[in-house]
Amino acid sequence: MKRVVITGLGIYSTIGKTIDEVKNSLYEGRSGIGFDPVRKEMGFRSGLTGILERPNLKGLLKRRQRVGIAEEGEYAYMATVDALAQAKVDQDYLDKNVVGILYGNDSSAKAVVESHEVLKAKKDTALIGSGGIFQSMNSTITMSLSTIFRLKGINLTVSAACASGSHAIGLAYQLIKSGLEETIICGGGQEVNADSMGSFDGLGAFSTYEEDPQKACRPFDKTRNGLVPSGGAATLIVESFESAQKRGAPILGEIIGYGFSSNGDHISVPNIEGPTRAMKMALNMADIKSSGLDYINAHATATPVGDQNEAEAIANIVSNNNTPVSSTKSMTGHEMWMGGASEIIYSLIMMHNDFVAPNINFSEPDEHSKKINIATKTLKSHNIDTFLSNSFGFGGTNSAIIVKKFK
Amino acid sequence: MEKKEIIEKVDEFLIDEFELEAEQLVPSANLKETLEIDSLDYVDLVVIIEKKFGFKVKGEDFATIKNLQDFYDYIEERLKATAQ
Repeated sequence: MKRVVITGLGIYSTIGKTIDEVKNSLYEGRSGIGFDPVRKEMGFRSGLTGILERPNLKGLLKRRQRVGIAEEGEYAYMATVDALAQAKVDQDYLDKNVVGILYGNDSSAKAVVESHEVLKAKKDTALIGSGGIFQSMNSTITMSLSTIFRLKGINLTVSAACASGSHAIGLAYQLIKSGLEETIICGGGQEVNADSMGSFDGLGAFSTYEEDPQKACRPFDKTRNGLVPSGGAATLIVESFESAQKRGAPILGEIIGYGFSSNGDHISVPNIEGPTRAMKMALNMADIKSSGLDYINAHATATPVGDQNEAEAIANIVSNNNTPVSSTKSMTGHEMWMGGASEIIYSLIMMHNDFVAPNINFSEPDEHSKKINIATKTLKSHNIDTFLSNSFGFGGTNSAIIVKKFK
Repeated sequence: MEKKEIIEKVDEFLIDEFELEAEQLVPSANLKETLEIDSLDYVDLVVIIEKKFGFKVKGEDFATIKNLQDFYDYIEERLKATAQ
């Protein structure tokens, strides 16, 4: 079995568009959440959202490349350019070697809505244009990036709700570990537009603390009342140690465990057993005890039941309850299909800079979150050798990834 | 619409939307080989022509349009037919 390492990171998020910007936001506990009045006009229960402007790709990509790229694909392109650069992978390398892509994405709603609006108005499919179909599919990110970067390895989108990005990294880890691939561009992308969020808002799952948006998302706090939708994209270059060593690439961390499970239970209400099994599986694969974890990046989105059950699941596996836990969603909002990938990046940033980012907006635990050690403030000078990152999604899909410092 | 105006409008969207250079837009320029307009671009041409000139192009009409001059002539003919 091969060792699997991470050699490049790229991010386009509400708390920063470079690793350095994100590092500062995480350290300072800066929120990327705001209020969108348009959502209220549309009939949303909550106008809260991550605030993220779309990049202008004119001049960076040819017209044909841009026409098929959806909003989340734009973010993914920006993140991937940076990740490839850090990994020292250029187009010449991509042309001469087999490099794959496994990216998490589970919607591209705006493109569907726009195509449908043209069809309703014009009553002629020929007037939808050539980009509609490519932008509308869940695989829009992988189809665009694989053609832009002329990739020749595995080409696959992972759709697993809010665990999509995490499973993409886990599956890449398995493919490289088993020798089927050497290098895979991994990540997760998430559209932020209002058109894509209405049906989720309709479930009543979003926070309604609209008077102070940056204090709205309160994972694990007793007063939490829902998640805040957000998005962007995060890319990691995952490759075999041999490949990274041969290329002289920087080694930013080693993936040592990937646990997965399905709750076999309710479509939207998570349980305790499924996440517990995923975390235990990751620990077994990594061949470490829970006491070997220096930090846990929780999935915790700030929904009442979700956080409650995750706190219980973490308490089940962390024997001494001293391991610091934080949900970076308190700052970013819920990055959904992207979150499993971005949160590995956030945790790697903490690992490289010896701190634990705070779980902001936390003032009082409930009877469940009091069982775990939540980092309510930035933990400075905190060494992280090994961390675990949780991601859970609708349908009861769970993913837990363990990464350690490369030694 | 005068022919001159048609040419200006076509050239304008080829430069703005298709990112072609003004000096490439000579009447003899072959759409596929010289201007590299591919099969998917034709789908977008239909959308743009409808927006700019107000008529719908049938995909098969493009079969007889080889170069820019053919394209200008085709639009002029269709506009005349629409006006009648």
